[in-house]
Amino acid sequence: MTAASSHSSSADNFKRRRVDRVASDGRAASFTTRSVKNAAKIQGLRWVVSMTDLTTLEGKDSPQTVRALCRKALRPAVGVDGIPAVAAVCVYPAFVALAKECVAGSSVQVASVATSFPSGQAPLALRLEEVRQVVQDGADEVDMVISRGAFLAGDKHRVSDEISAVKTACGAAHLKVILETGELETYDNVRWASDLAIHAGADFIKTSTGKVSLAAIMGVILVMLEAIRDHFLSSGKMIGMKPAGGIRSAKEALHYLIMVKETLGDAWLSPQWFRFGASSLLDDVLRQLRKQELGPYTAHYDVY
Amino acid sequence: MSTNSTNSSTPALDFGQKWKLDAAPETTPVQIADEYGLFINGDFRAALSGQTMVTINPATEEALAQFAVAGLADVDAAVAAARKALPAWQQLPAVERGKYLYRLARRLQERAREFAILETMDGGKPIKESRDVDIPEAAKHFFYHAGWADKLDYAFPNRQVEPVGVCAQIIPWNFPLLMAAWKIAPALACGNTVVLKPAETTPLTALRLAEVLQEIKLPAGVVNIVTGGGETGAALANHPDVNKVAFTGSTEVGKTLAAAAAGTGKKLTLELGGKSPHIIMEDACLDQAIEGVIQGIYFNQGHVCCAGSRLLVQESILAEVMQRLELRMKTLRVGNPLDKNTDVGAINSAAQLQIIQDYIRVGQEEGAELCTPTQGELPEVGFWQAPCFFKGVQPVHTIAREEIFGPVLSVLSFRTPEEALQRANQSPYGLAAGIWTDKGSKMFSLASRIKAGVVWCNSYNRFDAASPFGGFKQSGFGREGGRHGLRAYLNLKS
Repeated sequence: MTAASSHSSSADNFKRRRVDRVASDGRAASFTTRSVKNAAKIQGLRWVVSMTDLTTLEGKDSPQTVRALCRKALRPAVGVDGIPAVAAVCVYPAFVALAKECVAGSSVQVASVATSFPSGQAPLALRLEEVRQVVQDGADEVDMVISRGAFLAGDKHRVSDEISAVKTACGAAHLKVILETGELETYDNVRWASDLAIHAGADFIKTSTGKVSLAAIMGVILVMLEAIRDHFLSSGKMIGMKPAGGIRSAKEALHYLIMVKETLGDAWLSPQWFRFGASSLLDDVLRQLRKQELGPYTAHYDVY
Repeated sequence: MSTNSTNSSTPALDFGQKWKLDAAPETTPVQIADEYGLFINGDFRAALSGQTMVTINPATEEALAQFAVAGLADVDAAVAAARKALPAWQQLPAVERGKYLYRLARRLQERAREFAILETMDGGKPIKESRDVDIPEAAKHFFYHAGWADKLDYAFPNRQVEPVGVCAQIIPWNFPLLMAAWKIAPALACGNTVVLKPAETTPLTALRLAEVLQEIKLPAGVVNIVTGGGETGAALANHPDVNKVAFTGSTEVGKTLAAAAAGTGKKLTLELGGKSPHIIMEDACLDQAIEGVIQGIYFNQGHVCCAGSRLLVQESILAEVMQRLELRMKTLRVGNPLDKNTDVGAINSAAQLQIIQDYIRVGQEEGAELCTPTQGELPEVGFWQAPCFFKGVQPVHTIAREEIFGPVLSVLSFRTPEEALQRANQSPYGLAAGIWTDKGSKMFSLASRIKAGVVWCNSYNRFDAASPFGGFKQSGFGREGGRHGLRAYLNLKS
């Protein structure tokens, strides 16, 4: 499918579903009352590490910060046994080649934001060119942003067609579609955008760029997980989920995993299908893991 | 995409054993005495007959404590104590009555964990519910009515209010402390004195409440608590020196009480059974509706008078609703009520379990299809019923008409809003109803024509001390909570 075929697209292939925000938030909050202790806690925290897309997306990023990030991705905790590498490092396009070189030979994937991140406000041709470039530089995963302007204006075909075009430009690279839910505002919109992205070819759907203050909210993520579940039930095809932005504590991350387990089931408890986009979360997870292993809490300056 | 991302047969979600949560039992020790007396005139005393009963933990079948069984003479003493305390309590400045209620509410909050654990041990409900619902709501009820104590003149403008007198209050076993709060709080706020009879399977939190009443130095006799079985309740309700009877429980007992009270001049309020309809229209937000259904019927093992036990689903979405309900039920955790992760606890008593199982058998015999999607084994000791629902239920089926008071849902379908309305009202009960639709006009049109005391729209089982609760038809009469609830504890003069 290409951008030109906007008269009938995958955007027409499903029925719009409505979401009651109050009740959805209530259900999401119920996951936070689960008590995750002892062995289950350690298992969960290790998964969180292995599901992390360790991210640096700052204007001030330099080759050195990217190298440091990659080192941490490969070996998150010095001195604690059994801590896996993270799933991926997520960087700006300019650093893809460098990151690829740093993690070469490991399981760590290189993800790049593209499509004029974070606003997406550039001509489609330029955005597609950016995608081709990062893939050529070695990106295993591409995190694109949808055109929120087009979406809010009701132009579902444009949103859908652009995602399809980016998917094509990705080739073999996995496509994560960022909905920027904070700008979509309503849960009805979150559900609609999730379904649009899934039907247009997303491998993952992702909440946020991290550049908008309303980022990962449990109720929003639940709505997206339900879209993934419904797509699986009707098609048998699994789609991945990546909450990003604002997840800072290990406890929160465990609640997210509970929500995944009780909404999508066991198969999604894997870095192949669930990721955390975060920069500071990892440090808290590692402190918790060290506490379970060594007893006392580690000082904040002692986690690298 | 990897090879396991597609599945040739019907796709199935796997809610299996991956990431099994460690047991998370509430371990705080709670003192339980071997034996409890009757709380009469501010003190605990044994029954004159010396008769006792035993209350057990329904999740383990272990005995928790013995308690006194009040006979006629004990009930007489309790009513006399309440009568004697009445003049001073009435004449106390209203603001002082309010202070006692505030103290009581605060003390309940301070001892919340202890009360929650005790409630769960004695009744079998999940600690999650006693901790997050029963105890906080009980405290809220006292706070709310504490506020009314010195403002009663404003509740009924241009009328003079006076207390009713001595109130006999009989409460059920499904929300033991919360029901005690619903009864005691408005009675005291309005200047009445009370004799309360808790249920025989769950007396412990009411008796613990009596200890709190001693702590806050509530004047002796203002609240008396007599424990025992049905005979104690009957003796209390029929006592000639009682001015008001408030009863929450079965419709059968309610009818007897109504007959006995007729012509005696006693005021009477009854909060009885229900078979509440829960309607899902085809334009509803489906996932939230399913969650509402789960909360509506499996909350507190379905031991809820307003449980949404009749699910009415628009035919066009019936298959989808059934699929989602089944999926959702796979993640319900049934087991040790003291475990913080338990969603559905133990059935309150062997007798209630028998009633539930009889209804399930009748449902199958009459031709409905039983579905029990929950996973995992039920414990071997204790009283357990896995949450379940019946498909293919017809309106004439017993399980569509009678109150089961357990985690059993009957699913029926309808095609048009009028049919939904007709089905919803086709019941001798009228306690509560739920409506799920995204369309406001449809919601209000249905809500205004359903004969039920409470109609929840896009929610279920939501309570507030300020919101009146009560029934139509055989679900009883009178309201509890809010300004309406005060009416039952006051005589109005012009």
